[in-house]
Amino acid sequence: MAEIDTHTQTLAARRPLSPHLLIYRPMLTMTMSIAHRITGIALYAGTLLLAWYLIALASGRAQFEVASAVFGSVPGLIVLFGFTWALFHHFLGGLRHLIWDHGHGLDDPGREFLAKATLTGGIALTVLVWLVAFLVG
Amino acid sequence: MANHQKSLKTATSHVQFLGSARSGTRAAWAMHVTSAMLIPLSIAFVFILVTLVHKDYALAHAELGGACPTILFLLFVSASIYHMKIGMQSVIDDYIHDTHLKSWALVANLFFCAAVGLASVYALLKISFA
Repeated sequence: MAEIDTHTQTLAARRPLSPHLLIYRPMLTMTMSIAHRITGIALYAGTLLLAWYLIALASGRAQFEVASAVFGSVPGLIVLFGFTWALFHHFLGGLRHLIWDHGHGLDDPGREFLAKATLTGGIALTVLVWLVAFLVG
Repeated sequence: MANHQKSLKTATSHVQFLGSARSGTRAAWAMHVTSAMLIPLSIAFVFILVTLVHKDYALAHAELGGACPTILFLLFVSASIYHMKIGMQSVIDDYIHDTHLKSWALVANLFFCAAVGLASVYALLKISFA
């Protein structure tokens, strides 16, 4: 009996831990993983904005102008800016996963580099697109 | 489950329909395929939206109604909706443990994705065919 217990305990100790918030200390790669999921959920909700914009454009001038006024207001612009960032962050996070799936960047420096590239790249692309959008107008 | 020996049911019947066989990788594969599709499609989406930003109703309507933007948007919406349906499904599977609540959440997910997707597709077709 004692032997079996020891064996079970050894197995339990060797078993990989679930990647849970209470198990692992916070680190960049973990934060990027969580951010990927949160931005995914935000984009999920954000599709309502896209659907609304498209329906307004399909419905006529009056509806389009209401949607334009809301999107053009300060809270509207803040939400759209956040939506843009979520899109780019999730986009780069997805690219990171595709790179990993092909067996690249899985080592320690590779993971750290990809995590930093996702974070800075997402912010840089968001700022770039908004600058371009303002310059075009 | 504990008394396999005493139960009238076979050992196979205890594990049947509890998990997938052969079809288990479908969602993961679909996630990869839609991700790959969304790389060019979301670039096109952002590009088209940026060109629409400062346009008035008539111009935006005419421009988005063109064949190329409409097809790109239809592809973007279809791939995104499928992608986010699988994504939200895995979020529900991960965090909602109550069986009853989970079933409702999965149904709500499907309904939300179908509603948003079909509404967007309808609007895009209406803009294009107007």
